[in-house]
Amino acid sequence: MGEEEGLRQAQLLDTMFVRGLKRKCFDGEEDIEGTLAGFKAIPSYNLQRQSLLDMSLVKLQLCHMLVEPNLCRSVLIANTVRQIQEEMTQDGTWQMINTQNAGHASLDRLVSTDILCRSSREQTEAKHSPGYSTFPKDFEETQSQDSSEIMSAVSSGQAPRNLQSNMWEMESPQENRGNFQKSLDQIFETLENKSPNSVEDLFSEVDSSYYDLDTMLTGMMSNTKMGHCDVLETFPSQTTTNSNSNCKSDLNELDHIVEILVES
Amino acid sequence: MKIVATWKKKSLERANFFSASKWHCKQELKLMFKNNLFKAADIISTVEFNHSGELLATGDKGGRVVIFQQEQENKTQAHSRGEYNVYSTFQSHEPEFDYLKSLEIEEKINKIRWLPQKNAAQFLLSTNDKTIKLWKISERDKRPEGYNLKEEDGRYRDPTTVTTLRVPVFRPMDLMVEASPRRIFANAHTYHINSISINSDYETYLSADDLRINLWHLEITDRSFNIVDIKPANMEELTEVITAAEFHPNSCNTFVYSSSKGTIRLCDMRASALCDRHSKLFEEPEDPSNRSFFSEIISSISDVKFSHSGRYMMTRDYLSVKIWDLNMENRPVETYQVHEYLRSKLCSLYENDCIFDKFECCWNGSDSVVMTGSYNNFFRMFDRNTKRDITLEASRENNKPRTVLKPRKVCASGKRKKDEISVDSLDFNKKILHTAWHPKENIIAVATTNNLYIFQDKMN
Repeated sequence: MGEEEGLRQAQLLDTMFVRGLKRKCFDGEEDIEGTLAGFKAIPSYNLQRQSLLDMSLVKLQLCHMLVEPNLCRSVLIANTVRQIQEEMTQDGTWQMINTQNAGHASLDRLVSTDILCRSSREQTEAKHSPGYSTFPKDFEETQSQDSSEIMSAVSSGQAPRNLQSNMWEMESPQENRGNFQKSLDQIFETLENKSPNSVEDLFSEVDSSYYDLDTMLTGMMSNTKMGHCDVLETFPSQTTTNSNSNCKSDLNELDHIVEILVES
Repeated sequence: MKIVATWKKKSLERANFFSASKWHCKQELKLMFKNNLFKAADIISTVEFNHSGELLATGDKGGRVVIFQQEQENKTQAHSRGEYNVYSTFQSHEPEFDYLKSLEIEEKINKIRWLPQKNAAQFLLSTNDKTIKLWKISERDKRPEGYNLKEEDGRYRDPTTVTTLRVPVFRPMDLMVEASPRRIFANAHTYHINSISINSDYETYLSADDLRINLWHLEITDRSFNIVDIKPANMEELTEVITAAEFHPNSCNTFVYSSSKGTIRLCDMRASALCDRHSKLFEEPEDPSNRSFFSEIISSISDVKFSHSGRYMMTRDYLSVKIWDLNMENRPVETYQVHEYLRSKLCSLYENDCIFDKFECCWNGSDSVVMTGSYNNFFRMFDRNTKRDITLEASRENNKPRTVLKPRKVCASGKRKKDEISVDSLDFNKKILHTAWHPKENIIAVATTNNLYIFQDKMN
């Protein structure tokens, strides 16, 4: 049933996309009719763009565990994500949908923490860098950052911009800048699969975390296909995404989230 | 005067290709192995005719190669040739486990390429994600009999019982086709091999993975030259991968490779050892009216094939087939829409991953018609001269031999006419990714998920 929902959602997005794209430029070139309709379409275009972003992130995170994921597919999805990010920062809508995303980001965290934690643990072992962050934490962090930071994170060639004061300050500003990029890189590192220092560690991680992951994933997929709107409504509105204690409060909310998943 | 007459005749033939041609199903070959139960390992992953067209090789997800041979018939009817029967079956690749990365290496055969025949035996290259193998397929129809020291069943005789000597002679036996691996080219690819292509010198070949292309000599397995490397120093900067590569059919120094961004690069190996700088870059500027978030994904090239003449090359991206003149880099000379009706469905196709399907394409022997697959077991042919096209279906209903295939039509929108299929009722699980055209005749091999169809054209 979840699949049908997901398909309908995607089909809805199909029609929205066809309309929404033609109204991408909200400038004087549009006639009045178009502009009016365009204004009506603005929230829906943003919503479906956000849905596409979420869908893409889920796709990137759910890699096959035993067989190497398809590099071409991952690169194409990652490029799509970057493209959406760039457009969102240009539109200035990155901040606007911040609160909406807070809940969903926690959802992502649920999946990716387990998947990428394994690989990021490998990375930590290989690189010995204590400040290395996992993907979802980055995602939450980047949302609360200035949009210019995202720009510089996304396109590596650009000169770094001024950083707004960041309530998070989990890491140094330089690292924050590259956070989202790093998260994508992490995915590529996972794909590249640099050999860990200890093979036994690797095997032990596969054994334990995969087993837990399986149950998580099953719960996750049915939730994702419910439609992102439904998922957003499920979560209580986050108190703040800009507090230092957010990380800890999220950890406390994990139990709450798991309860919701189990119920559904 | 004579020249004019010939030209006219030829153009008449071409004009009638689709109206006069009657494609019918020659055979449906089910590649099942045990208990007639369909297994995932039976999924056909590659199809390739040899240079004469007498042999047809298929590779599947289970690492097996099945070769079919065309029966030799009396050529009483010019266009009625023999059927394809199983000639040889062998396990080319086995699943492996990469202990260092804790990952399985799939045994799925990604590509098969035949070598031209030099002696009685046939040779082909088959590859999975990591390893390429050179297989020798040879026939044995005689065996020696009359050994002095061995019985017929192989047991050794007591030498003291031998009283006379005789010379062993060859006696005919049932034909046995043996496949043996002659070379194994391994450990040269970090990423997944997507293409192999044999050079026109018939001594070297290239293998391409997502980020690198290597040049091999067929005799040497412990060494290969890296000729293209697009891996960035920082994997963070990775935005483009290699999707296909092929040697030019005539120039042994020229090859092309396509990318996930819709570009094709032609390289000349004489320019430098590492061909990182292309000689030519083929890219069509994007149509701004069609721009969407999926533009890059659908521009990703899934297959590139040179024409037999070597003057053109064909590329397949998600929605179209493009023919490029090697002398013109800025745009293709011909573009054919395979299933334009899918353009409004891209988000759904992205969600169910169909947008990442890699369709192949092929030329007919005279480079006048090109063919590629689509969904719902449809495949499409485009006549380059008349600009006409046809959609046919590879399915059980068309299986009856000599039943002429009915052209199909997809209704994109609006009122659906009789016999048309609406886009929403297309089955996206039934995809034709692999097709092959006989090098000399109008015989095509079309692979559905686990069936192989052979169609032949009878022209009146």
